[in-house]
Amino acid sequence: MFKEFKTTVGKKLIMALTGHLLIIFVIAHVIGNSTIYFGGLNSYAQHLHDLAPLVWTFRSVMLITLLIHLLLGIQLTLENRASKPDTYAVKKSLRATTASRNMIWTGALTGGFLLYHLLHFTFQVTNPDISARANLDSLGRPDVMVMVVSSFQNIIISLVYIVSMAVVALHLVHGIQSSFQSLGLNNNKTLGIIQKAGLIVSIILFAGYALIPLSILVGMVKG
Amino acid sequence: MNLTLFVWRQKGPEDPGRLKQLEARDISPDMSFLEMLDLVNEDLIKQGRDPIVFDHDCREGICGTCSQVINGVPHGPEERTTVCQLHMRNFKDGDTIYIEPWKAKAFPVIKDLIVDRNAFEHIIQSGGYISAHTGGVPDANAILIAKHDADTAMDAAECIGCGACVAACPNGSAMLFAAAKVTQFAVLPQGAVEAKKRVNSMISSMKKEGFGNCSNHYECQAVCPKGIKVSFIAKLNREFIASLKT
Repeated sequence: MFKEFKTTVGKKLIMALTGHLLIIFVIAHVIGNSTIYFGGLNSYAQHLHDLAPLVWTFRSVMLITLLIHLLLGIQLTLENRASKPDTYAVKKSLRATTASRNMIWTGALTGGFLLYHLLHFTFQVTNPDISARANLDSLGRPDVMVMVVSSFQNIIISLVYIVSMAVVALHLVHGIQSSFQSLGLNNNKTLGIIQKAGLIVSIILFAGYALIPLSILVGMVKG
Repeated sequence: MNLTLFVWRQKGPEDPGRLKQLEARDISPDMSFLEMLDLVNEDLIKQGRDPIVFDHDCREGICGTCSQVINGVPHGPEERTTVCQLHMRNFKDGDTIYIEPWKAKAFPVIKDLIVDRNAFEHIIQSGGYISAHTGGVPDANAILIAKHDADTAMDAAECIGCGACVAACPNGSAMLFAAAKVTQFAVLPQGAVEAKKRVNSMISSMKKEGFGNCSNHYECQAVCPKGIKVSFIAKLNREFIASLKT
């Protein structure tokens, strides 16, 4: 069984499956984040922390999933480069897109952003003065709301997040449609529909994430 | 019409090769692209220079040997057309045309525009056949095959193995070729028996021959002279998944 997963098609299958898990996380994460608009962010964060064993199991699964996706992505890219050592003097792309050609780079940037994001909001080491750990709200909970709002009032931090979300969306535009093809869930009729659906989901996710720093920047959401 | 050509000249497999400028004079728009090259070659021979070496056989668009990347597109600008069926009316006087061979690790250049496509033969040898004795020609309708399956098999069997899919693929992947071959057998009762073994053998063979992985760019479908669809690649992926369930 493991032998099959080392083949070209097997690897793509794993890329698709791990990709789907990561997309589900990205969707769940934006839904959780939206509690910021209803003033429920601290309570949401507290609830998550109360479920510590579950959260840690979940984090481990996500970490392993991410590592597999990352390592296989690098391996596949290196293999592909080796299979096409020479380039044409003139080459026209008829169907390949900016998104599809740059998966390794949008993936790498997403990885870099993820590291910053974890240091910023999870380990809270980049801006210790406004960290949720240092400030408790009136109910004695870590004040995640203040941390998020104060962070995004800084235009540079907001821009980093918004641009990173655009990069993630670009990764998903190709990733979503490609994953269905790799899983064999495609035919002549569904191909166009899945490509459009992938684009729409990516745009919705980008809007959902980018709206948070934007609404804080313009002062619609206050601490 | 008169054209400026930049043609890939490479003395042999070890030569690094480079683009060389040549002039094509008095070209009729009714000529095929290969006839235009024939004319250029006649001039070169008269001048005592080496003619451009290129592959061709049937010149009817079905043998799949005329492997040339023309202005960055395998088989040139016309959709669903091989180089031999591409006519000079697609170009205009004064045009500059870049002509390069297929480029992929699995298709090493032999000379100029000719590449070695034995890698495709090796993929076929690994499983692109049926080994069951099917006897003589069966009576019509003795083996019932659904119209949909027969159509799918025929669509897949249109592949002429020219290698344009590999040439266009940014990864030099042979998935469209292998997918067409896997599908053409898998949907028919005679081929279904060995489907599981076949898909795995052909996948391993692709890797062994040095082809890349499929990134679902779909460049292959866009350049295929026979209109082989990437839905066959999804079918290959389904066949692979089915083969895991033993």
